[in-house]
Amino acid sequence: MQTIDLNTTTLRELNSRLQTENAGASWQVANPNGRHALAVGLTQPIEVTIEGHAGYYAAGMNQQASVVINGNAGQGVAENMMSGRVHVKGNASSSAGATAHGGLLVIEGDAGARCGISMKGVDIVVRGSIGHMSAFMAQSGNLVVCGDAGEALGDSLYETRIFVRGKVRGLGADCEEKDMTPEDRAIVTSLLEKAGVTDCKAEDFRLYGSARTLYHFNVDNASAY
Amino acid sequence: MCGIVGLFLKNRALEPELGRLTSQMLKTMTERGPDSAGFAVYNGAGKGQRKMTVRGLSDGNIGSFEAGFLEIIGGSGEVHKRHDHVILIYAAEHEPAVRAYVDMFDDGVAFASSGESIELYKGVGLPEQVAAHFALEKMSGTHAIGHTRMATESAVTVAGAHPFSTGPDQCLVHNGSLSNHNSLRRQLVREGLRFETENDSEVAAGYLSWRLSKGEKLDQALKASLNDLDGFYTFVVGTRDGFAVLRDPVACKPAVMAETDDYVAFASEYRSFAGLPGIASAEVFEPEPQRVYHWEHAA
Amino acid sequence: MTEKHHDYTKTTPRFSATFDPFTVSQIQRAAATGIYDIRGGGTKRKLPHFDDLLFLGASMSRYPLEGYRERCGTDVVLGTRFAKKPIHLKTPVTIAGMSFGALSAQAKEALGRGASAVGTSTTTGDGGMTPEERGHSSTLIYQYLPSRYGMNPDDLRKADAIEIVVGQGAKPGGGGMLLGQKISPRVAQMRDLPEGIDQRSACRHPDWTGPDDLEIKIEELREITNWEKPIYVKVGASRPYYDVSLAVKSGADVVVLDGMQGGTAATQEVFIEHVGLPILAAIRPAVQALQDLGLHRKVQLIVSGGIRTGADVAKALALGADAVAIGTAALVALGDQSPDLAEEYAKLGTVPGAYDDWQDGRDPAGITTQDPTLSARLDPILGGRRLANYLSVLTMEAQTIARACGKSHLHNLEPEDLVALTIEAAAMTRLPLAGTDWYPGKAGF
Repeated sequence: MQTIDLNTTTLRELNSRLQTENAGASWQVANPNGRHALAVGLTQPIEVTIEGHAGYYAAGMNQQASVVINGNAGQGVAENMMSGRVHVKGNASSSAGATAHGGLLVIEGDAGARCGISMKGVDIVVRGSIGHMSAFMAQSGNLVVCGDAGEALGDSLYETRIFVRGKVRGLGADCEEKDMTPEDRAIVTSLLEKAGVTDCKAEDFRLYGSARTLYHFNVDNASAY
Repeated sequence: MCGIVGLFLKNRALEPELGRLTSQMLKTMTERGPDSAGFAVYNGAGKGQRKMTVRGLSDGNIGSFEAGFLEIIGGSGEVHKRHDHVILIYAAEHEPAVRAYVDMFDDGVAFASSGESIELYKGVGLPEQVAAHFALEKMSGTHAIGHTRMATESAVTVAGAHPFSTGPDQCLVHNGSLSNHNSLRRQLVREGLRFETENDSEVAAGYLSWRLSKGEKLDQALKASLNDLDGFYTFVVGTRDGFAVLRDPVACKPAVMAETDDYVAFASEYRSFAGLPGIASAEVFEPEPQRVYHWEHAA
Repeated sequence: MTEKHHDYTKTTPRFSATFDPFTVSQIQRAAATGIYDIRGGGTKRKLPHFDDLLFLGASMSRYPLEGYRERCGTDVVLGTRFAKKPIHLKTPVTIAGMSFGALSAQAKEALGRGASAVGTSTTTGDGGMTPEERGHSSTLIYQYLPSRYGMNPDDLRKADAIEIVVGQGAKPGGGGMLLGQKISPRVAQMRDLPEGIDQRSACRHPDWTGPDDLEIKIEELREITNWEKPIYVKVGASRPYYDVSLAVKSGADVVVLDGMQGGTAATQEVFIEHVGLPILAAIRPAVQALQDLGLHRKVQLIVSGGIRTGADVAKALALGADAVAIGTAALVALGDQSPDLAEEYAKLGTVPGAYDDWQDGRDPAGITTQDPTLSARLDPILGGRRLANYLSVLTMEAQTIARACGKSHLHNLEPEDLVALTIEAAAMTRLPLAGTDWYPGKAGF
């Protein structure tokens, strides 16, 4: 394990070092102090631990790397992640996992508004609750929420599956509750396990998905556009 | 478009630290708002006394300004100069006369705020420079609100810097952009309000002052603004005894809060909290849209 | 036999200027369908445009350059502010962002071939980068859009520059739209959407709003691409002075300003015709913003929306732009609106030159379609050659004008080389009305 101290190292140096690192390496980032764009654009299966709070876009566009944030994460953590894993030990701000195509995003605390907005295949597990407009226009992948969900969950949703254990304050346009199949339960069990969540059972989750009424323009839905 | 910070002290022992902590928080918001900066510090005042912050003073006009002021209040007041601002202290009964005097004085002198507790400073330039001009680090008080500005549609001027104060001990800082402020300004002008700038945020401040002047409580006024103010906003509003936070229904502009037994802090980004005491164990959360958050000292 | 005489007791039928035949048909269409009208292209109404400006050629007070012998440079460098690898183009005429999805793969390839042949750039669109497009474009600008369809860090690193799209001229403030007919299996797969559904994409980016957050987004993009790629910020013309200032404050290397004549694959007619500024009105405030910041020519300005001829190119540069982008004109060069297709256009209820149902995906020219049979009609090599020819003509025409004004480089054209033909154009550009030294707002006559 090598350490980069951001009190003495520039962001450019940090990222270029991590971006050129070989598979298997392991790094610790000290004194992040909420800096933006930490550990972004990584391409190799390396391990990075950020020892503190991260600013916007931490681990943005991640490919293969495993990034742990021992603190809170700012807006757009793991945005557009392709693969790999990002694990936030604290809370995540809004737009966590925005447009991410793959990989696993785990948030141990709460996530803010628009968690999983336009997600395109990523799996997101939130141990706490998520804010309003989460999974807005979400396209595919799974969003598993152990706590509650805010207003307008899954508005204009495409094919993402949303699993919520707690209360849902309100569903967005075209989002509806669906029956959980054994396959759905298996997805939840597997994701909880991967995320290291041991105190929740798949049986306690409800599934929300697209009613698909907005897929083709219909005059009766005009106000929803 | 901006950075916002706010700090409300629950633990009175921290009061001498208020300026230093606020100054740190403000500087971390430099990239969000490099054009200008401002802050309001609430530090209480003697019973029955009022204070007014006035800006635009220089070596050239301070002498005649001060003399005129002392004449109006009959000598029983104080004048404290900080950079190009002055704090005037006087008995409450003189308020209308002092205000009229400041409005009339001209020569670049402008009213900034008045009340029992508020002092309000702002300037053009990097937040660090603005804070240094007024020696923010050395100020003490009960709560403070600061702002760094990236001007969008109105000019980079001192008048256009936040906070805006449009009522006694009230001030507002704003991150976002309102979309109906021109109509609302015209409506409020008909109601008798005065605006100094074309800034959308000043309209928000005026709107709240107008509702408060009708006898509404701050949380009622903020709730009403959800219907009447269109666009994007995160507001932090200061009053004599506390502060409040409100985000619009879409809540695109960032906001994060941290609470401990000693304080409540607000900022646009986490990194503003980095230097706060005990931040590691603070409860950190993002305010929900359309919900009024309000902290107050017992009066 | 009595001769038949005209009935002079009646006037001829008269159409209302307000409720003209087209307007009447719009009302009838709305009443019949209950859905707003969606179409492609840009505004079709008459607007103040480059035609309202004229160049003052050299004569006695200034000397022209010899048309066929003396050098007149056309190259342009974009992205010199922060990027380690600025873009070098041989001509200041670039190809605007158009998506695979809106256009067929053949059309995208033809654009790449044509642009590369003359040394200029093409731009991706909402829907990601195709290998064909990257392969055939020597300089490719990668658009970063609210939907992030197909957004991939590998493609980001393959791009020569990144264009963050805040808005476009056809619909400033609006998001994308691609109707189900064009969501083919390949388009669906690239966008991670179900096949054949109507796709409406967001009008705001999912993880930032406003210039204060954009600054942070730009830092992230630069960190991911080693600070090599120029970052463009594209805005639709609406409040150009403020928008350009804020793009610059957010850290843009290049600002792209798209006027309301700029086209779109599909959006509401009411949006296309009623929102935004004509490009003529937008350039002066944009240039003013750059000048006020001391960054004119340091942060480059690309303008688009209704560029058709070398005269338009020269006028845009003279007003202060560094380069222009073309979209609609490039599609016409590829073969859109061809008279050869008159019969097929007739089947679609239109005529060559007026076809704008790009959203339907039934383009007989094989350009704005995903139908394999139709798109196979466009030969990318031939289309590319036509586009290269057209781009060469634009460049040569601009040079012709520049030489006539005594300039050895297109970038030495300046506002003082122009006059305005109409009071409107004079007011919008602050160029003197032809034959006077006056424009509205300036004292004296």
